[in-house]
Amino acid sequence: MTVELERTDTIWLDESAVVPEVDEVVEPVVEPPVIDDPDPPASDPDVPFRPSALGPSDRLEFVLSAVSALAFAWALCLVMDWSAPLTFAIWAIIWFVTGTYVTARARTSKVVAMDRLVTTLIWLSGAFAVGVLGWMIVFVLIEGIGGLVDDLPTGEWVARLGAVALMVAVAVVVRWRLGRREAAGTGTTLTRLLPRVVGAACAVGAMLVILPVINTEFFTSDIAEVGPLDEGGGIYHALIGTLEQITIATVISVPIAILTAIYLHEIKGRLAVPVRFIVDAMSGLPSIVAGLIVFTVWVNTGRGFSGASAGVALAIIMIPIVTRTAEEILRTIDNGLRESALALGAPQWRSVVQVVLPTARAGLITASILGVARAIGETAPVLLTAFGSAVTNYNPFSAPQSDLPLFIWGLLREPNEAQIARAWSAAVVLLLLVLVLVITARVIGERGARKRTGR
Amino acid sequence: MPDAPAPDGAVLEDVPRPIVQSRTFGDRVFRGISAGAAATCLLIMFTTGVFLTWKAFPAISATGPIDFLTGDTWQPDDEAFGVGGLLVNTIMIALTALVVGVPVALGLALFINEYSPAKMRPFLTGGVDLLAAIPSLIFGMWGLFALSEPLSGVAEWLASHLNAIPIFRLTEPDVALTRSTFIAGFVVAIMITPVITSVSRDVMAQVPRVQCEGALGLGGSRWGMIRDVVLPFGKSGIVGSILLGFGRALGETIAVVLVIDLVFQPNLNILEQGSGSISALIATKFGEAQGLEINGLIAAGLALFIMTLIVNLIARAIVNRSKLAG
Repeated sequence: MTVELERTDTIWLDESAVVPEVDEVVEPVVEPPVIDDPDPPASDPDVPFRPSALGPSDRLEFVLSAVSALAFAWALCLVMDWSAPLTFAIWAIIWFVTGTYVTARARTSKVVAMDRLVTTLIWLSGAFAVGVLGWMIVFVLIEGIGGLVDDLPTGEWVARLGAVALMVAVAVVVRWRLGRREAAGTGTTLTRLLPRVVGAACAVGAMLVILPVINTEFFTSDIAEVGPLDEGGGIYHALIGTLEQITIATVISVPIAILTAIYLHEIKGRLAVPVRFIVDAMSGLPSIVAGLIVFTVWVNTGRGFSGASAGVALAIIMIPIVTRTAEEILRTIDNGLRESALALGAPQWRSVVQVVLPTARAGLITASILGVARAIGETAPVLLTAFGSAVTNYNPFSAPQSDLPLFIWGLLREPNEAQIARAWSAAVVLLLLVLVLVITARVIGERGARKRTGR
Repeated sequence: MPDAPAPDGAVLEDVPRPIVQSRTFGDRVFRGISAGAAATCLLIMFTTGVFLTWKAFPAISATGPIDFLTGDTWQPDDEAFGVGGLLVNTIMIALTALVVGVPVALGLALFINEYSPAKMRPFLTGGVDLLAAIPSLIFGMWGLFALSEPLSGVAEWLASHLNAIPIFRLTEPDVALTRSTFIAGFVVAIMITPVITSVSRDVMAQVPRVQCEGALGLGGSRWGMIRDVVLPFGKSGIVGSILLGFGRALGETIAVVLVIDLVFQPNLNILEQGSGSISALIATKFGEAQGLEINGLIAAGLALFIMTLIVNLIARAIVNRSKLAG
């Protein structure tokens, strides 16, 4: 039985606590006791006890602290003649944190004030992480988007982006409104189908708006014939290289990783302890060492740089990632499924192949995609194995080959704006690829998890 | 199976019968295949260790193992390879990254677990996963083009106001403050944050909720609950996650290469231009290396491999033990 208390800022147990608003102390809300719950949600992180710690006076204090912090930092920067935005932000944050502590300390107790201080700091670190991620993505997009699209007047850009934003907004709103009805249990066939239809229509519409203005030359030419100061040139050779190397890496690593996960969790053989130990060690292997080992064993023994050796190096990086994720997925599968298969007389391999793996399919796909997302951006190992090249090399088994990270890496070290601009454009392509992969993995994984638990 | 003789049936009642499995031919094949896959992992790490040692041997024996680990010269023509200074610089970068990254990472983990609204949590964990997947090359570019400028301002401020602390001192008054250990550490800090956050968040999520509610029910504030229940419970897991982040920071290559100037001497003045790491050495010198220098680079890689292996295994052991305890 859980007792939930609605907390206000005034009921911390502390002898020095002032309790001015006695009538605000809220009575405990007693939930109806759950009888015969075999698995109490004690450790379920989804339903924690969450006191709502902020009353109106707390909010007022936060707002006042923030306002005074901004005023203070502004005045300080004006007086001291500082102009860097970072300086302004740092002083504002210091003043804000101090302000929240001092106001809470003046009105309540040390315990409450300390709690307030920590709450502020933790929210700030959350905001910092989100802010850094956002800043980086926006920075990369701004630097690199110019090379990916045709030169158009600003007005046309505003119109096209506005159209895309409108379509995304329509799709999101339709999905959200109808999803609420679905969740409330009043859904019909229409409410189920409409969001998908609208979503697909909006996606097609957005593509129709964006695709014609994409700079196709950037995707369909290489930089073999392009001088450093020339216009044009593109990432075709790098895309081919990335595609081939990632395919090789996936073909090698995914079967090994999934079979290893099966060995670790389904068979639990004699090697399980050392293998888990080694997989842990591999997951911490610096990526450059993965490249160095393939270089030592394969490239440097007279076989030369090639895309395939880069694929092997990337496979070494992917194996531990996929193995660990896949093992986590296998762990979530209900033991009852395995036991039912065995009880029906199936040998273990059939229970794994026909029951466990189909149940885990979505999760295993997620694991593989996450591995690919990690491998696709690795630069150090491919530098030592594929080396990079300016010409399009379709054969991954001989001669140096480029790929997206190597393309960026090569151009970044050139002292010339046009080359660095190309590197940024390729970085946008790489970043978008990673984003799409991670989001796809998450969507598939969540659908799979819902399916597994829904059964 | 015959019924086991039960002298005291009440005691044996709850003990399940041992399952006797007869392995079919298919089962044996299946077990063989997966054991083979598992053995491949062992083989890869074994090959790595053996081949790196073998190929590193000529360079190490040409320099002498002591000089290799303590020297700070890199003269392939004189057959002198010393990574001592680079080891110091590698560790300095990683420590700077920890000092910057750990508070943010732990704050973020607590934020996701204890403070954020429940609806935001999937997006936040997704964001952490995303941050972990962003290529280090892009972090490096961003650090080089967007972060260097404002951070050198911070470095200037530190050098002029906090020079009582030895590592913030400058050897000369007008030395350049870009391309330093400090900036590299900052970029690496952002890269190791998702590692520390996701592992420590997992550990902290295993705190028995009953104990948390108990702490709150006794009148503790939320910070009191975190300080007295969550942190003590997750202590070893948090330490392990920090060590994992340290291992990641030691091996980081591309982002570091982009934002520093490689020097071989140990540079303890972290704000000054010039820093280095073993992986940066390999990535920088690899292109034009020939003959014995290749062996020297492999030897440096071996040193990095052993160092990260030790840090990672200690970290994993700590994390796994804390998970078992939960």
